[in-house]
Amino acid sequence: MSESITALGTDMRSYYGRPILKEPVWQPEIPWYLFTGGLAGASSLLGLAARATRNRPLAKAGLYISMAGDAVSPVLLVSDLGRPERFLNMFRVFKVTSPMNVGSWILGASGASTAVATGLELLGRAPRSKVLAETVSAAFGAPLSVYTATLLSDTAIPVWHEARRELPFVFGAGAAASAGAAAAAIVAPEDAGPARRLAVGGAAVGTVAMLAMEARLGMVGEPYHQGEAGIYNLAAKLCTVAGAALLATSAKRSRLAAIAGGGLLLAGEAALRWSVFKAGFQSARDPKYVVEPQRRRKGWGLTPA
Amino acid sequence: MGSNMAENHPVGFQWVMEARERGAQVVHVDPRFTRTSAMASTWVGVRAGSDIAFLGGIINYILEHGRWFDDYVKRYTNAAVLIDEKYEDTEALDGFFSGWDPKEGQYGEYDITTWAYAGTKPQTAPRSNASHTRGEQSGHGGHGGGLSHGEPPEEDETLQHPRCVFQILKRHFARYTPEFVAQTCGCTEEDFISVAEALCENSGRERTGSIVYAVGWTQHTVGVQIIRAAAIIQLLLGNVGRPGGGVMALRGHASIQGSTDLATLFNILPGYLTMPQSDQEGGLEKYIESAKSPAGWWGNADAYIVSLLKAWWGEAATKENDFCFDYLPKIDEDHSEYWTFVQMLEGNVKGYIVVGENPVVGSANGRLHAKGLTKLDWLVVRDLVEIETAAFWQEAADEIGTEVFFLPASSHVEKDGSFTNTQRLVQWHFQAVEPKADCRSELWFYYHLGLKIRERLNDSQDAKDRPILDLTWHYPTHGEHNEPSAESVLAEMNGWDDQGNALPDYKPLKADGSTASGCWLYAGIYADKVNQAARRKPRWEQDYVAAGWAWAWPMNRRLMYNRASADFDGQPWSERKRYVWWDAGEKKWTGKDVPDFDEQKPPDYEPSDDAEGPDAIRGDHPFIMQSDGQGWLYVPQGLLDGPLPTHYEPHESPLRNPLYHQSQNPRRQQFHRPEDPTNTPDDYPFVVTTYRLTEHHTAGGMSRFVPYLSELQPAMFCEVHPDLARERGLVHGGWATIRTARSAIEARVLVTDRVKPIRTDGRVVHQVGVPYHWGSRGLTKGGSGNDLAHITLDPNVHIQEVKAFTCDIRPGRLTG
Amino acid sequence: MSEFATLADITGEPDGWADTYGDETKPRLGFFTDTSICIGCKACEVACKEWNVIPEDGLVWTGESYDNTSTLGANSWRHVAFVEQRKPLHDGNHDGDTLRWLMSSDVCKHCTHAACLDVCPTGALFRTEFGTVVVQEDICNGCGYCVPACPFGVLDKRHLPRPGSDPAGVRPQEDGRVWKCTLCYDRLKGGHEPACAKACPTKSIQFGEVDELRARADERLAKLQQQGRNGAQLYGRDPDDGVGGFGAFFLLLDEPEVYGLPPDPLVTTKNLPEMWRTAAVAAGALVAGVLAAFAGGSR
Repeated sequence: MSESITALGTDMRSYYGRPILKEPVWQPEIPWYLFTGGLAGASSLLGLAARATRNRPLAKAGLYISMAGDAVSPVLLVSDLGRPERFLNMFRVFKVTSPMNVGSWILGASGASTAVATGLELLGRAPRSKVLAETVSAAFGAPLSVYTATLLSDTAIPVWHEARRELPFVFGAGAAASAGAAAAAIVAPEDAGPARRLAVGGAAVGTVAMLAMEARLGMVGEPYHQGEAGIYNLAAKLCTVAGAALLATSAKRSRLAAIAGGGLLLAGEAALRWSVFKAGFQSARDPKYVVEPQRRRKGWGLTPA
Repeated sequence: MGSNMAENHPVGFQWVMEARERGAQVVHVDPRFTRTSAMASTWVGVRAGSDIAFLGGIINYILEHGRWFDDYVKRYTNAAVLIDEKYEDTEALDGFFSGWDPKEGQYGEYDITTWAYAGTKPQTAPRSNASHTRGEQSGHGGHGGGLSHGEPPEEDETLQHPRCVFQILKRHFARYTPEFVAQTCGCTEEDFISVAEALCENSGRERTGSIVYAVGWTQHTVGVQIIRAAAIIQLLLGNVGRPGGGVMALRGHASIQGSTDLATLFNILPGYLTMPQSDQEGGLEKYIESAKSPAGWWGNADAYIVSLLKAWWGEAATKENDFCFDYLPKIDEDHSEYWTFVQMLEGNVKGYIVVGENPVVGSANGRLHAKGLTKLDWLVVRDLVEIETAAFWQEAADEIGTEVFFLPASSHVEKDGSFTNTQRLVQWHFQAVEPKADCRSELWFYYHLGLKIRERLNDSQDAKDRPILDLTWHYPTHGEHNEPSAESVLAEMNGWDDQGNALPDYKPLKADGSTASGCWLYAGIYADKVNQAARRKPRWEQDYVAAGWAWAWPMNRRLMYNRASADFDGQPWSERKRYVWWDAGEKKWTGKDVPDFDEQKPPDYEPSDDAEGPDAIRGDHPFIMQSDGQGWLYVPQGLLDGPLPTHYEPHESPLRNPLYHQSQNPRRQQFHRPEDPTNTPDDYPFVVTTYRLTEHHTAGGMSRFVPYLSELQPAMFCEVHPDLARERGLVHGGWATIRTARSAIEARVLVTDRVKPIRTDGRVVHQVGVPYHWGSRGLTKGGSGNDLAHITLDPNVHIQEVKAFTCDIRPGRLTG
Repeated sequence: MSEFATLADITGEPDGWADTYGDETKPRLGFFTDTSICIGCKACEVACKEWNVIPEDGLVWTGESYDNTSTLGANSWRHVAFVEQRKPLHDGNHDGDTLRWLMSSDVCKHCTHAACLDVCPTGALFRTEFGTVVVQEDICNGCGYCVPACPFGVLDKRHLPRPGSDPAGVRPQEDGRVWKCTLCYDRLKGGHEPACAKACPTKSIQFGEVDELRARADERLAKLQQQGRNGAQLYGRDPDDGVGGFGAFFLLLDEPEVYGLPPDPLVTTKNLPEMWRTAAVAAGALVAGVLAAFAGGSR
């Protein structure tokens, strides 16, 4: 601390360096959910497209991966609640100003329809109803993959709010990459072509979107280069590039390469969600990320006249 | 000054803020920039213990620049009175007044005969052993000084005679120049002058100024004299007895004023009557002789004491037995708190009852107190929580023989009662909830204790048990706990005549036994058998005097000495400051308040030669409790350490007195106990001052055990200026150990500009700020600030000097 | 529930408030906290805790002047800030006037456009008939979304044990809900002023109808500026600011960030229409991306 609390009080441009915002109270379940939700949503799209083009192995993979994601996601979310026993309160209202509310409905619809489709697939019955269920699931699939970006941006946290133009593309493309990677890892390479293409395309678009976001954030984007968020960001980029590279090349022939590539890409996508998650905490912690952009926005200098 | 009103009286302080918003200047003079300073128009930082230098400087300024309110001073104060020709001032005797007897081997004393008004004798001369008890009792109302028919013998109305009070005052304060003030107090001459100027500008016919103080003034070896200096200023400026003026004492607890009114102090009886002395022969008659003043309202002291005795002993008190006067205990020593603990250390005290107090934390030299308690046979502590004083035995290193009883007390919401605040306003409060479990009120405790004792003594034939058995002790009780009716006690304090009629005020009190009153000052509080203290007329339904809200003593008079708000002819000094005036048509005093004067006494009244009591006061002398009816700039008797305030250094100070070789108050009270050594100046170079924080309450019993308060200030800390921090290597947020010859404590360090470094004599003297709330128990625990202090006291009132002593401070915790 | 269409234009009234309540709508109530007369006594903190039975939340000495509460949160709904400064109280007057001590009681702003209310997925947060913002403690499921949404960092989750749970037990259960100032909704319903306003001895905390408080604040600012009071400014009074003006606004004596307040707070919902649009485009792009992956054939 400085020589006297009076000297500190005279010069400080914050309140003793304390945060202005509150850090989110969300636990590790949430970044994992960002990952599994995105995976589930894009997988249902992939599965339906495969169904439509008569690629049964890929269609089944898409369906089952989507089901896995849709099964794990609600558990993660409910577990994160302060009052888990009150999770049904999410459905008291339908409220468009609350991305979390909208997302709850989306997840609910997606989960229900995917479960129906999965059940019918396993029982081998009612194929037309099954496809109907898959279609409903796919209809909610893209919203499911993308809405979480809106949820994060719709806060006061500078690194999230100011990223509102890019983050939906980061998450959407990331979801595509995850879905493609997962399917490419478990489906025979000769059936997994579209999956690999989706994975590589998603990785590329997602990386570009991420870089664009970091560039435009400027000072506010510092957390992506510091601390835990910075580490996860770096890991995400490395794994994504490595995984995509494998999928684009040797995974066409080698099952092993497909698994390794798919696994790396999935790891990269998970790390990316963690990086975004952690960045929010770091952004909330330092008052300068709130004060400086706001003062600049109003055309005021950083110290009083 | 000598107070931190926003900090410690936040609710009352709203009115200071209101005044400020309406354009009043608020000046705060204090060693620290506190929460009060933050709200003031001006803050002047000064050295703790230099108050008389500052105030004396203002007196000098007023006199040098002719700023006194001439009309007021000439007639309403004793400025014109001539003093005995044998009187000599400290200026002549290098720090002593005339009459000093050093009494080799004992404590020195003053023979005050030479201080008297010329041609008179002091009414009560001090005696040897009991002398330290005299100050308080003879101070109240002055008691005459041998003056007859309210007129001092010799006066010079031109105020020029070298022996008149005015000239003595001038000479006494002649060296208190702005330069002297700056050197002694550590402020700048400009800042000092701006304060003096502000006071002068805001006084006179059209404006008045008010001085507000608290224990920042009383807790010094010259405490009473500091307050005297303020009184002199206000009398010179004509600010006493006028709206917006006066010297206001902020009391430290919700009802400590009521506590002293009803005589919880050892040397007074209710209503500030004096306690009888054991070495005074002649019973009631002799007592009345010494208590009664020939002139002024203390002239009715006989009626007050007899009525009190009738209240206490009722039917048993008759003319024949002097109204049971001999039943009253007589005092022969200083029985003050510190003296009593010294006696404990000597093994002379068997038992002690501590009620609503925590001396182990709240009194100076806490460890001496804890040690004293180990010497008792038994100790009873009544409190809301098990405070340090009740738990002292847990910390005792060796086996001790004290049997400790801890009895739970009720809080103020669990009982009926009253608070008397600093304005003498008595406000009733009603019980809101029943006390839990075994918690009981003080009233319940003492009443039922009395019943039990009386039961035990019932068959006694011993004469020494009669005082207890003959007491009137029948109060109605109610509820499942048989709680005595507080209102019935109030009614007894109010008093009644022999027909059982509640007294309307104290005027009908008689010395013939036909009236009874538990406290003459409170007579009227139950007039018409209505609890006047419970009245709550809202302020928007009455004027600012607000006489319909509660009840102020005496007689619901809100401003004392308010005759002084009018001139000699009874007309207000100005329309703006109109308060009380003489209505020539109705031939009586009237106004916004109950006049503090004989209602029918005209302004031009002159007493006859044989007039006595109140009748001996002139129509143009407002200070009716004084025998001469005048405000005393100079006090001929009543104080033990001088008729005028003099700058003395505190008992412990890093500086020498620039005025005299006699550096400190020669008359200060000391005990010279091995547990209470004095700091050597070289080893303890810093001034230390103790104080309160808003979040905690005094010795912490009511705050350190409460979560919501403890979390607001959760640790003991000290405050130091960055220059001192640098000098001693203290780190903000770190730890420090503060040490005196008595003890050492640890505290967190708050390095702040708000503590004033004192630049004087080419050097810097630093001050250390020490809050004193903490102790070893509670949700927040910490070092006790008062452990550092010594028990050298103001001789008049036995108050400890915790506002200015010395210490050393080093970085680091207490152990290692 | 608020309409999309009204979000973009920031008006001085909370969205949908008067429409929803109709006849039951009361005049909008709030606080004007005049920090120039705050004496830092913290009666507001204590009164609030006592009335609302809020737990003590930590015996930690900070050394940050006299502030050991530090911030608003789930367990501190009034927070008095202290800033000591080597600055004069008044402009241009420097003789002996070199120190000032800012004291300020912070509280939930009860924004005209409240992000916490907008993002709450369960509808636990709602706008009362008095125009204030309140969390219904029996509905809140502790999702925590309102916590990062608030531009002032007012709300937080209460981690202390639930009522009735054994704090010393093996797994004491967290309360888990989010708590904040209710502007003493229960007291308002009874026709009383909030506990903090009642306890404040100097009337630094002024309670009343927001319109009237705004007028009073303007007068007060004018008076202080005329006196040359260093740094006097109103914060949150203006309905044109990023949250549509605060229901509980302030007179400050320095820049907001010195008190730990954002200089130019914004309700995040203002950008939500744009965010949904972006999401829609991204979703479309995702669909397009999946289709493109099959463009080369189904294998």
